[in-house]
Amino acid sequence: MQLEAHSLSFRYGKNPWLFKNVEFSVEPGEVVGLVGPSGFGKTTFCRILAGYEQPVEGSVTLGGNPLPVKGYHPVQLVFQHPERAVNPRWKMNKILNEAWKPDKELLDTLGIEQEWLARWPGELSGGELQRFCVARALGPETRFLIADEMTTMLDAVTQAQIWHAVLEIARQREMGIIVVSHEAKLVERLCDRVVELGRRL
Amino acid sequence: MSSLKNKRQRAILITVLAVVLLAGVVLLGFILDEEKIATHLDNRNSPPSLEHLFGTDWLGRDMFTRTMMGLSLSMGVGLAGALGSTMIAAFLGMIAATMGRAADAIVSWLIDLFLSVPHLVTLILISFSLGGGAKGIIVGIALTHWPSLSRVIRAEMMQIRSAEYVQVSRRMGRPGWWIAAKHIFPHILPQLLVGFLLMFPHAILHEAAVTFLGMGLSPHQPAIGIILSESMKYLSSGLWWLAFFPGLSLLFAVRLFDVIGGNLRLFTDPSKTHEE
Repeated sequence: MQLEAHSLSFRYGKNPWLFKNVEFSVEPGEVVGLVGPSGFGKTTFCRILAGYEQPVEGSVTLGGNPLPVKGYHPVQLVFQHPERAVNPRWKMNKILNEAWKPDKELLDTLGIEQEWLARWPGELSGGELQRFCVARALGPETRFLIADEMTTMLDAVTQAQIWHAVLEIARQREMGIIVVSHEAKLVERLCDRVVELGRRL
Repeated sequence: MSSLKNKRQRAILITVLAVVLLAGVVLLGFILDEEKIATHLDNRNSPPSLEHLFGTDWLGRDMFTRTMMGLSLSMGVGLAGALGSTMIAAFLGMIAATMGRAADAIVSWLIDLFLSVPHLVTLILISFSLGGGAKGIIVGIALTHWPSLSRVIRAEMMQIRSAEYVQVSRRMGRPGWWIAAKHIFPHILPQLLVGFLLMFPHAILHEAAVTFLGMGLSPHQPAIGIILSESMKYLSSGLWWLAFFPGLSLLFAVRLFDVIGGNLRLFTDPSKTHEE
């Protein structure tokens, strides 16, 4: 089940094209880095792959089929700011189990402690919250995970812990990962292949 | 007093007290004997005493009983009016936020239209054209008090609709109705409740005002507005208690509702859960 983008183009309204005719593909189990200067549409590109936006031209396919519009999206996106990606009126337990019930093993791998489950999002740190967002996105139907600056605002130890866990799970499940980051060292360390998104693609 | 250490516990205590007081007034309005507001010409114009806490009027009616009955009647009218208004606000706010640009433009225009005319003027017009009485007042209040709350609901809906966690929820395959029920409605509900409670004092005051002007409830009902407008004639002859106590009670009741509404806002805000 390959994730492919065919001649993808996007612009907001009548603004200049953010990117035009981008070809992109990820194999299952592959870790691909996506780099490029700020404002070149990396995040928008990720949002299209994960079904948050519709491309102006071109299409995204998974194993040759178009992505589903309804139901659980097989491409899950983890955002840079976890505090915005959780409902502040829900306790962590409810947030974690919104789509599926992660087992204890997964929570341990990601370093999520049981006592955090009874707390409000405002009572956890960014790193702690991001672990929940990652766990939530790793449902059994997730084929590809997109990490859009997923660990940028976290300290080095937390960063390493989360990435170890994610890579481990990805290997077990043959899940593809797309890493978007400005940290060249991180991308170099994690990825099998790096794609550069520039104006002239 | 260890239980009164933090702001939250103090607020809970005050809210409970306010609710009990208001409930007490409504209860008194029902259980007080009609006999007490019958005419007793032998006991006219007596100043406040232990037997007649608020004194008696020029027909010998007990002013305390009249005030309590008047307040509970006002609260009934206020309740109906504020409830109607809150429903209109919620309905229009949701339409504006979810039904596209044209609907939004129309609703926003309506809000601006109603906000540009003073409440009281529209209220008097509507209630007068419906022939006055409780029905006129209630419809009038319901039709005039929704705009600001509607604007709040519209803004909240727009904000939460594009919130990241709502979009995430959609990508995790949650159906639209589920998102509306679990994410959006719980977010709107506190605003609606607080809006409703804060509308209440307005509704009561405006009811009293319109009735005072003679375009509201009929003079046979013991409404606060009626009591106040009748008392005006006797103020100059030194019967100060006729207007003083009912007026004070009205202010007090209105303030209590304000306190309840304000505290409810405090309780429903999760970021204030642990405020000391």
